Amino acid sequence: MRRWWNSVWPPFVAVLFFLVAWELSTSLFHIEKWILPSPVDIAKETADGAGDLWGHVGATVRLTLEGFIIGTAVGLIIALILHLIPFLKSALYPLLILSQNIPTIALAPLLMIWFGFGLLPKLIVITLVCFFPVAVATMGGLKQTDRVMLNYMRMIGANKRQIFAKLELPHALPAIFSGVKIAATYSVMGAVIAEWIGADKGIGYYMMLQKSGYRTDRMFVAIMIIVALSLLLFGIIALLEKWLVRWKPKQDN
Amino acid sequence: MSTLEQKPAALKTGDNQTVPALEAAGISKTFRSKRSRLQVLDDVTLTVGKGEFVSILGPSGSGKSTLFHIIGGLVKPDAGSISMNGADVTGQQGHISYMPQQPALFPWRTIEDNVLLSQEVQGKVDREARENARRWLGKVGLGGFEKNHPHTLSGGMQQRAAFLRALLSPQELMCLDEPFSALDALTRSDMQRWLLDIWEESRRSVLFITHNIEEALLLSSRIYVFSSRPAAVLHEIDVPFQRPRREDIIEHPDFIRLRRELSGWLREEQLKMQGAT
Repeated sequence: MRRWWNSVWPPFVAVLFFLVAWELSTSLFHIEKWILPSPVDIAKETADGAGDLWGHVGATVRLTLEGFIIGTAVGLIIALILHLIPFLKSALYPLLILSQNIPTIALAPLLMIWFGFGLLPKLIVITLVCFFPVAVATMGGLKQTDRVMLNYMRMIGANKRQIFAKLELPHALPAIFSGVKIAATYSVMGAVIAEWIGADKGIGYYMMLQKSGYRTDRMFVAIMIIVALSLLLFGIIALLEKWLVRWKPKQDN
Repeated sequence: MSTLEQKPAALKTGDNQTVPALEAAGISKTFRSKRSRLQVLDDVTLTVGKGEFVSILGPSGSGKSTLFHIIGGLVKPDAGSISMNGADVTGQQGHISYMPQQPALFPWRTIEDNVLLSQEVQGKVDREARENARRWLGKVGLGGFEKNHPHTLSGGMQQRAAFLRALLSPQELMCLDEPFSALDALTRSDMQRWLLDIWEESRRSVLFITHNIEEALLLSSRIYVFSSRPAAVLHEIDVPFQRPRREDIIEHPDFIRLRRELSGWLREEQLKMQGAT
């Protein structure tokens, strides 16, 4: 408990200091509220406007989760296929890396033209940002299977399926989770971007709406919610990891 | 697969005259790459009788592990054949139980599940197997650690679990590849005594690789001394001590004489190897 407290209070104080400095400078330099609202303004707006926001938050959460699950699944499937078929890996892996140089934000409007304003193009956007970290981490994890253990499995006559299920997959689990955690935070970002470009509900849509009204304070509220969603999803995945990878020796950090 | 391969010279006399558990006949292996050829095994012939403890003693890096990979079916020999209980199994996997140098316990499995792994791969783990595993864990001083994960155990305890995993495998022949070489001297001699006790009780057929002379003399009924690369059988000696053995045989004059003889041979081979490189 004491150690936990020791690691928590320094960043806490730093954030507090930052907020106080922000608050003071907005009033000290008379910064207009529509350019940069003070933390107190944002807090007030959060309390007042919370009611109308729930619908938007719900829509974004749903979109995020759907996209995250699909994106993670696609990433896992791609990694498994490329792992099991080395030829495909050598053929497609460079393309996969290359594909990540295409900014998703630039693709999103195109997807809207091709697939309309429904759910499909949004899910595609999230999938595009999610699958890559999962696929790369999973492939890396599967490739780094412990040689001694692999040798042992082959010596005792384990077949390919057994080696995969009993050794490669559990061995790759920590690596897979590091990819999934990144995908979790990306998925929130992907959902918001998708909503910016074409939606009639959701946090991203709400932000666009408030932008045209110069309601900077409300945009900050939206940003706070996005951060909270990201952290929440990340935390859930981290807990799941802790439970599934509880065999791992504790490392000092 | 031809099973009509010529039988090698008459079987060694041991506690049995039946078909040996393992018969490696005329095994040769050369690794070839574009630039170089490396002959590691040269016409190696050896047998392990049923219930016999046989050691291979040789300088490090002499190709002993390659022989294990050939016996395990991972590597195909250029010449020669492997048979077990009279059947040709050259190039086939799954006929041996195996204990590598490092314990290679799977960190995500509990000790109990680790010990059962090889049976699981062979496709048979029932309640009886589980109870048997627990009984053995208690017997080897790992009682109470069944649900622990490997990293919570000491090196010696991990090796005991790895040995148990091999012992509980259904295959008849156990191949142990320098199982104690990564342990400190004290733990090592503990483990040797421990293995001696367990083996004399279970009497499995064992092929044991080591470069430790005392270990070989203490544990085995017969020792094959390997030359340096390419490995060939230089000498084959019977270890005359009665069973059950006690560790005080290391003070027996015969033990000391054999140890001197073996270390002379080994040193010679080691020097040859250094001369070659």
